[in-house]
Amino acid sequence: MPDHHDEFTHTNPEIDVHAMGEVHEHPTWKQYKWVALILTVITVVEVWAYYVPSFVASPAFVPILLIMSALKFAIVVAFYMHLKYDHKIFRALFTGPLMIAMATLISLLFLFGKFAGR
Amino acid sequence: MATAVATHAHPATSTGLDHRKIAIWAFIGSECMLFASLISTYLIYKGRSVVGPYPHEVCDPAVLGAVKCPTKMNAILNIPVTSMSTFVLLMSSLFMVLALAAVENRGKPGYEGLLGSSKFWLMATAIAGTTFLGFQAFEFTSFVHEGLTIRTNLFGSSFFTLTGFHGAHVTAGVLWLLTLFAIDVKRGLQPKDALLVDISALYWHFVDVVWIAIFTLVYLIR
Repeated sequence: MPDHHDEFTHTNPEIDVHAMGEVHEHPTWKQYKWVALILTVITVVEVWAYYVPSFVASPAFVPILLIMSALKFAIVVAFYMHLKYDHKIFRALFTGPLMIAMATLISLLFLFGKFAGR
Repeated sequence: MATAVATHAHPATSTGLDHRKIAIWAFIGSECMLFASLISTYLIYKGRSVVGPYPHEVCDPAVLGAVKCPTKMNAILNIPVTSMSTFVLLMSSLFMVLALAAVENRGKPGYEGLLGSSKFWLMATAIAGTTFLGFQAFEFTSFVHEGLTIRTNLFGSSFFTLTGFHGAHVTAGVLWLLTLFAIDVKRGLQPKDALLVDISALYWHFVDVVWIAIFTLVYLIR
């Protein structure tokens, strides 16, 4: 891959980067490749963990799977959805409802006794 | 970094940001709450089905007794197949960012080949999305053949509702991508159209992150 492919910058004068809310330059092709590789590796580890009976039986199984899932979620949002690079208003518009959604989910699980006896 | 040329510029806004991009983020925020409610419902009902088939549990009358488990059933979720569909959806997100980059960098040196072909990446994303839907159709069909429908038990109701809603979102995303592809074929997507692709990319990636959550919470955690 030639070097100029690694420059996914927005120097094109036809793009109104301000209207698109881009505060910093987007990731490069190399970074996108690494992101895809990391996401694949995490998914492979998740599936592998599912097939290890001793790990499935351990109390660490659920928390570790949740952490890996949250990591994948954050990587896609930060790099592919460019939230790491875009305007803070977009960050607020996403993280605000996401926090409400997660709080609602956890509250409902408590309310219906899903954590009882653990 | 802001540009001097903005002939396609959006109407003046108080934030200086295009309303369409603010709207898609607000929409995605609301979708977070929709899917949280569907996932909550699935998790609350998990393990409360009176009759099988069950997602992970093997039902064997010899072990559990004929009252609790009248017929022998294996765990119904097919993890290898779903792992493949998850991989396909993850790759579709990579194709989508490459489609956006191709549009944004149109005309720049080095973007004449495959890397700069937005048509190729848009179609690749749409094909990956359609493949994911194919996997889902296969899964749904095999579940029905094994006796699990939306009316069978609490697991069936919550599972088909959650994954069905997600599948509907993927379908909408594929149609959106095909529309962009048609525009690209007809007149060619130019850098000034980058926002249109950016908005569809945000929607597509959101569909991907929702699946990341579903895959772990529904398929992997027993």
